[in-house]
Order: sequence, then C-alpha cells, then structure tokens
Amino acid sequence: MNLSILVPLLVSVITAATPLLLAATGELVVERAGVLNLGVEGMMLVGAICAFAAMFITGSPILAMLAGAAAGAVLSALFGVLVLTLASNQVATGLALTLFGLGLSALMGANFVGHPIVPLAKLAIPGLSSLPVIGPLLFSHDALVYLSVLMTGAVGWFLNHTRGGLILRGVGESDTSAHSIGHDVIRIRYYAVLFGGAMAGLGGAYLSLAYTPMWVEGMTAGRGWIALALVVFAAWRPWRVLAGAYLFGGVTVLQLYAQGSGFVLVPTQFLTMLPYLATIVVLTLMSSGSVRSRLAAPACLGKPFRPVS
Amino acid sequence: MTILIPRRTFLVGSATAAAAMTVGQEARAAGPVKAAWVYVGPVGDFGWSYQHDLGRKAVEAALGDKVKTSFVEKVAEGPDSERVIRQLAGVNDIVFTTSFGFMNPTERVAKQFPKVKFEQATGYKTGANFAEYNARFYQGRTVAGTLAGLLSKKGVAGYVGSVPIPEVVMGINAFTIAARKINPNFQTKVIWVNAWFDPGKEADAAKSLIDQGADFINQHTDSPAVVQTAEARGVMAVGEASNMQNFGPKAQVTSNMDDWGPYYIERIKAVIDGTWKSQSVWLGMKEGAVAMAPYGPAVTPEAAAAADKVKAAIIAGTLDPFAGPIKNQKGELKVAAGQTIADADLQKMDWYVEGVQA
Amino acid sequence: MRLKVEPRRQVSKPLQYATPPLSVLGTVVAAFVLFAIMGYDPLRALYDLFVAPLGNVQGLSELALKASPLVMIGVGLAAGFRANVWNIGAEGQLMMGAIAGGGVALAFYGREGWWILPLMSLAAVAGGMAWAAVPAFLKTRFGVSEILVSLMLTYVAEQFLSYLVLGPWKDPEGMNFPQSRMFSDSALLPVLFDGTRVHAGVLVSLLVVVVAWVVMSRSILGFEIRTVGLAPAAARYAGFSQTRVVWLTLLATGGLAGLAGLFEVAGPIGQLIPKITPGYGFTAIIVAFLGRLHPLGILLAGLVMALSYIGADQAQVDMGLPNAATGLVQAMLLFFLLASDFLVRYRVRLVRPAATSEPAPAQKATA
Repeated sequence: MNLSILVPLLVSVITAATPLLLAATGELVVERAGVLNLGVEGMMLVGAICAFAAMFITGSPILAMLAGAAAGAVLSALFGVLVLTLASNQVATGLALTLFGLGLSALMGANFVGHPIVPLAKLAIPGLSSLPVIGPLLFSHDALVYLSVLMTGAVGWFLNHTRGGLILRGVGESDTSAHSIGHDVIRIRYYAVLFGGAMAGLGGAYLSLAYTPMWVEGMTAGRGWIALALVVFAAWRPWRVLAGAYLFGGVTVLQLYAQGSGFVLVPTQFLTMLPYLATIVVLTLMSSGSVRSRLAAPACLGKPFRPVS
Repeated sequence: MTILIPRRTFLVGSATAAAAMTVGQEARAAGPVKAAWVYVGPVGDFGWSYQHDLGRKAVEAALGDKVKTSFVEKVAEGPDSERVIRQLAGVNDIVFTTSFGFMNPTERVAKQFPKVKFEQATGYKTGANFAEYNARFYQGRTVAGTLAGLLSKKGVAGYVGSVPIPEVVMGINAFTIAARKINPNFQTKVIWVNAWFDPGKEADAAKSLIDQGADFINQHTDSPAVVQTAEARGVMAVGEASNMQNFGPKAQVTSNMDDWGPYYIERIKAVIDGTWKSQSVWLGMKEGAVAMAPYGPAVTPEAAAAADKVKAAIIAGTLDPFAGPIKNQKGELKVAAGQTIADADLQKMDWYVEGVQA
Repeated sequence: MRLKVEPRRQVSKPLQYATPPLSVLGTVVAAFVLFAIMGYDPLRALYDLFVAPLGNVQGLSELALKASPLVMIGVGLAAGFRANVWNIGAEGQLMMGAIAGGGVALAFYGREGWWILPLMSLAAVAGGMAWAAVPAFLKTRFGVSEILVSLMLTYVAEQFLSYLVLGPWKDPEGMNFPQSRMFSDSALLPVLFDGTRVHAGVLVSLLVVVVAWVVMSRSILGFEIRTVGLAPAAARYAGFSQTRVVWLTLLATGGLAGLAGLFEVAGPIGQLIPKITPGYGFTAIIVAFLGRLHPLGILLAGLVMALSYIGADQAQVDMGLPNAATGLVQAMLLFFLLASDFLVRYRVRLVRPAATSEPAPAQKATA
C-alpha cells in the first residue's frame, strides 16, 4: 500500500475515532468518580442536534461546539439530579436517558433535516501543515480532533497529577472515606457527570459538524455504546481510551478499505464484525499477557451514595 | 409444558377476539377514505421513509378532504410490525406498508381483514386484498451508469452498498452495464456497510473508494453522507432516494429519486371509486415513480444529451437495461445477445456482471 | 430552614406501593404539558398511551406478547446484577438462541412431530448459553470485563444472523430476499387464544418468573448469588465461589435470552429474518432494575414497559403523535419511577436551624 492511500486512510481513521474518543474520555472521568452513565448515546444525539442547529442559525463554529457541549451537559445534569440527588439506580437511569435523548433530539431536529451547513474548518498550522505526509496526517484537522487528543492528555494529567484528580479518584474508590475526610462527594460527582455530558455532547457535535455535517435522526448509530465499551477496554485510563478509540476506528476503516481493494475472502458480514472482535481479542491479550495490569473498575462504580447526616 | 395445541386453534376467548375485530371493521363510517402508511425508518431519514411520506403528502394535496391520511414511523420489522399493521387495519380503508420486511406480517393481517386493502412495497406476495408495488430503480441507475461511463476520467466508480439483497445487486449491475457500454474497461468497486443507516460509516466507505481510485460514487444507502463526502473530495456522486443537491452542489451529477406520489394518488382514487383491485406492479420512469434530479454542473452537454437519450429510450420501451449480451464477473456469458432478463429473475438477482468488484 | 434528607431505617411499605401510581401521575402531568405545547389533544394522547391498549382482548394479548421476552430476559439479568455480573449483551444472546433454535426448525423443515419444538427450545437455550459462555470464560479465566465482551458480541451476532439469512439459510423460494423459509407447523409455537398471537412461550415466561422467585429467595443457590454480590468477602469465607456464580448467572441469562429469541421466531415471526428484536435485550435491563431485581417486580415492570411501547404505537395510529414524543414520555415515566424510589428509602424533613442543637431522636440517629 503506497503513501497516497495510506495517508488518507489514516486520516479516515482519525475521523472515525474522534467522536468515540471525545465521548469515552468524558465517560471515563464520570466512571472514575464512581458514577456509571449509560446515557452516552442520548447525550451525543442531543449534542449533535444542538451543535447543528447553532451552526445552522448562527454560522459560528465556536458557538456550535459550545452548544453541543452545553446540550450534553444539560442532559447529564438531569441524570445527575436523578442518580446523585435522588440516588436512583444508575444503570436504569442511564438507559432511560438514552431513550430521552433519542426522542428529544428527534423532536428538536425535525426542521433541520435535509439542510447542509459549512463543515468545521480544518485548521492549518503554518509551517507544519505543509510538511509531506505528517502535514496532512497530523496537522490538517479541525479543532475537535485536536481537542479530543488534548483532552485525553489533560484528563490524564488531571487524574494523576493534581489534587483535584486525587480527590475525584478517591470519591470513586471509596465514597464513604472521601466523605469522612470532608469532601463533598455529591458535588464532585456532579462536576464529573457534567464534564462527561459536555464531552459526549462534543462527540455528537463532531458527528454533525465535521464527520458528516448534517442532521439526521439517530445519526450516532450506536457510537455511544462503543464509547462506553472503550472505557472498559481502557481499564479506566485516558491514554488507553485513545488507543482503544483508534483501534476500533482503525479496524472499521481498514475493513472498508479491504473491501474497496477487492481483497475479500469471506462474506462481508464477517468483515463488519471485525472491529468488535478485535476489541475483545486485544483486551483479552492485554489481560492475559505479562503486561497484565490492574483492571479493576473504580470500587464505587454504579453504587448510589447519600451522605449520612 | 403439556398443553401443546396446534397453531390457530380455539381455546378461550376466541369469540370475543373475533367480535372485537369485526366491530372494528363495521364501525368505519362513510366519509373520507382513510389511508395509512407504515414506515420502517423515521420520516426524518431524508431517504426511503422520507420519500414515502412525501408521497403521502402528495395524496393529501391532490385529494384534499376526500382522504384522511396517517402514518406510523420507526416500526421495527418483526413482531411489532404485525401489531401496528393490525391496529391500522382496524381504522383504515387502505394500508401501505413500505418495507420488504413487512411482507409476511402484512399478508397475515390482510387475511384477517378481508374488507381492508393492503399494499406492500418491494415484496413479492399478493392476495385478494393485498397488492404489491415496487419501482424499477435500476432504470435510474442505467442513466447514472451512462453518465459515469462518459464523465469518469479513471473509469472507476465506487458503489456504497447497504445490504446485498437483489434490489441492490440489480442496481449495481444496471449501473455497471450502462457504464461499460460507453467504456468497456469500466470498473465498479463495491463496499458493503452492512447497515441501512449509519451516515458516518457511509462516509468512511465513500472515502475509501475515492482513495482507491474511484472518481464517481454511487450509493444504495439512505443518508446524504456519500454525496457530501464526494463534494468534499472533489469527485462526482449520484444521490439516492431524494434530491441531495444541497449536500453536493458540485458533486451531485444527478439523483435517483423515488416518487411514490402518483402511484399513491392513483390507488387511493381507485378505493374512492370502488375500482381497487389487487395487483403486483413494478413501476418505472414511464409511470414517474423513478425520476432523475436535474443534472449537476459536472455534467457536460454531451453527457447530458446521452443521458437524456437513455432516459427517453427507457421511457419509450426501446432500451432494456438488461438486454444481452451480459457476462458475469468471471466473463461467462449469462445472457445471450438478443435476450434479456425476465422480471422474475431480475427480482431475485444474486450475481454480478463483468466489471463489478464485490 | 433547610431540607434534611435521612435514610429510613426500613423501607416505607406504604410508600413502596404508593410511589408507582404517583410516578404515573407525575408522568401524566408532564406529558399533558408536553402534548399541549406540541398542539396535540393531551387527554386523547394520554388515553391512547396508557388506557386504550388495555381496553380489549387484542390489546391485552399484545401486551402479554410484548412483555414476555422482556420479563424472561429481565429475570435472568436480575440474578446476574444481584451478583454484580454485568451482562449487557442479552440482545446478542437472544439472537444466537433464535439462530440455534431456528436452525433446528430449518434442519427438520417439512417434518412433523411433537419433538421438534422441545428440540428447538433446547438448541435455543444452548445457543444463548454458548454466546454468554464467551464473556463468562474470558471473565473468569483472564479477568476481562463482561460488559465489553457481551456488548461487542451483540454486534457480532447481528452480523452473523444477517449472513445466515442472506447466505446459507436463505429461503430457496424466497426470491433471494434476506429471510429463511417459513417454519413448518410443528416448529411453530401453539397459539393459546385464537385470533390473537399469544403463544405458549408466554406461559413459559410466567413459569420462569415463579421458578426464579423460588430459586432466588428460597434456595441456597439464590443465597449464594446474593451474597457474592452484596458481600464478596463474606461469600469467600462461606466457601461460595465467585467463578461459579459468574458462570451460573451468565449461563442462566444467556439460556433465558436464547429461549426468548426462539419464542420470537417460532411465535409471531415464524421464520428467521435479519431483525428479530427491537432491542429486547437492552430494554430488559431497564425492566430488571425497574422491577427492583425481584422476579415479581420484573413481571410488573415488563408489563409497564410493554404498555408504553404499545401505547406509543396506538397514539401514532390514532392521532399521529410522533414517535419521538412518545419516546420522551416513556423516558419521563422511567425517570419518575426510578426517582420515586428515593421517597421509599429516604425521608425528607424541614429542619429549623435551631433544631440542629436538639438531640436527634434515637431511631434516626442510628440510621
């Protein structure tokens, strides 16, 4: 395979991975704080329509991205009220949130079907973007692609090297001890949930602003679920989320390229299965080999917490 | 479980159930004809279901207060569809079910509601009160293939396929045959996304086809993502189901549009006049069910003239898109010169013609 | 003055029964406002959503038909959730059960015999179990999360089913459409009430509820499952094996989901097609928690969910209420039901600032 195909192929992989990465990075923070929000798909959809609508009406990409993030955050706030303030069951509430987001985005989007918008601009970086190969590969993307990688790094730094991150992890590992040493568990979890919602909203915004700049009902097509699985894949570590998103996006795109090149030995349904199987196989290899690392989920994941007194 | 009763045998409550059903039918008052549609997707899919809904709106516009229409969207193929169709049959005079997967459920409900008319799109079964309708979308693909043969500089087209059912296979073949009439070395590369709806994946498939040399993209998936990708990459594309020009003002050379309005109006008029009969029709360009969107800027006057000629010949019946000689992928002669493929064989087509890479 | 939230020492029995109707009332009020804003007749919409499907034999039979797979899968999932086994791939296990059971039906196509349905059921249970065995094996052997594996395998099952009905199992007389042959009569579930679609599988799902209830509340096995979930350390001390519970709960759920899948294809559908479930495996997760992981609660929750789906279709048929609007109402109903649990477990009091110095009543202080 020569460079003229390899470079655009890798660019396609980046595009396919970015919405997954954005949403999964957000969910990772939520889960590290001990909260399981299964409503990612719903938040992505609402983020997608709100970002699209803002772009369509105002024409401002910055407002559009903000609208997407805000919409995801608002939806996650609803989730927060239910599971944090009212201590409702997180799994069921998250699934209900997905239903809610599906319905809400369809209602909001009814008048936006069939309209194009200006796609999110690729930001050229003077000097770097014109480099051969790595120019188009690394330095010719839109803001959300850069943001997705930056956020992964920022979240990794925050969780491991800041006091805030330490507290957040403490809340996720042992809510009662965090509470007993004076941390406001509920408040910290609210912050995490809102961050996760905003990131899911941005993931949705990437779909409707950059990936396929349009609005159609249900356009996430299950990406929220993949994002959730990637957090597990990553064993709750930011850089592994990035690896997982690129692995999943990579295999998805590769099997399409394999079909296009005529290199198809099995019925194409089996090729379509590949990204899902690859994720399972890679995770199993990572869990069984000598590089086996601590895979435990945050100890308080999914458990409701109410401060006593 | 010991009580194994043969299917559809009385046990309890049968009389009540039967009564409930007949009441439903007799309760229908004279007045406007009530027509209902069942859609597999959301009306906001800007594709298949969207076009059927435009057809429904055309009925309302044409027949005014002589008709009262309703629809149910996002009906899953499977057990839910039978329930929805039965609910609609209880309160309507005619029910259109617009997906292949609705065929068997529609047939079952049709037997229970002999006075209600049923029409199902893209299937193959009929009954006394159960008609079939479909459109010869392949005719549009023949026009698109003609354009591809003339306009593609590389002689390579990409084709984003949904699921390899005969309908889609037929379209790929019609497109390739037409293109090879102009450019005998023309190639069509097919990528299956194995989904009817995933805009992101459709875009990825289109990108990979473009990266691998295709400069003309066709699609048999629902969203405008393919046309949009072609626009961004500066290649040509054919839209699907509706006019997707908005998404590819430069890229879209034409679009293979479904127009169900005329057929729906005709059939509902027949119900009003009491002349409705069961039938199985396969409508084409002649009947207006398949229409081409206005040519885009990439279409040269010569190409436009050639495409128009093909269109006119199809409408006049002088051009059969599947007239022999046709070879299969291995180069074996499948249809001899002077012969053609019968409709019944077309409808179950599961092989590719020479020039298709799938 | 501020609000003070305290956990109740015991869940409030009266509130436990009062909150579901209160939640429905809350949903009705919220939906009333939503429909009114959207310009639909709210009363008629609410009637369609919650009442109309219950008004006749057809509606009730459809309710039973729709609730049956949700309940069956929900009961299985609940056992797993109690043991902290997070199987979210019941949807895929359902498909594999339908494939295995349907495969038997196709293998004996045209044959008659009482043994065909039992054999299909066995195959379906085995198919569902086999698909659930993958996450069970990877979890117990390599510590791989069952959440990821079970979810990913759902997509694999979907493509496998598509491959079969488009390829080797395609109906030879089916015009090359993606579908298998229609099953022979011996491979179809008997219908219980003529004129409806209620089949013998609905009775099986009721049986499953009863058996699960007995097992979970009266047997050592149920105790083991609950202990592993609630107190893993104590479970180890008691000699209960975590590995055994993971296998057991996953296999049980897989088997039940597989059987539910067979009941769909051998019941209302009558053949294998690419899309045999509108997401029962996922909806059943909601049903399991809505039913508070208790078999009887799950039965009720399954009926409520089924009603909300059927009512949504009814409202679309009757007055063109968009699917999206009814989806919102469905989600709101769930929100209210889930949130109302709060009132059962906690009490909210108004506290005057001065009151903080008062000694708290004994029973509350210990909570």
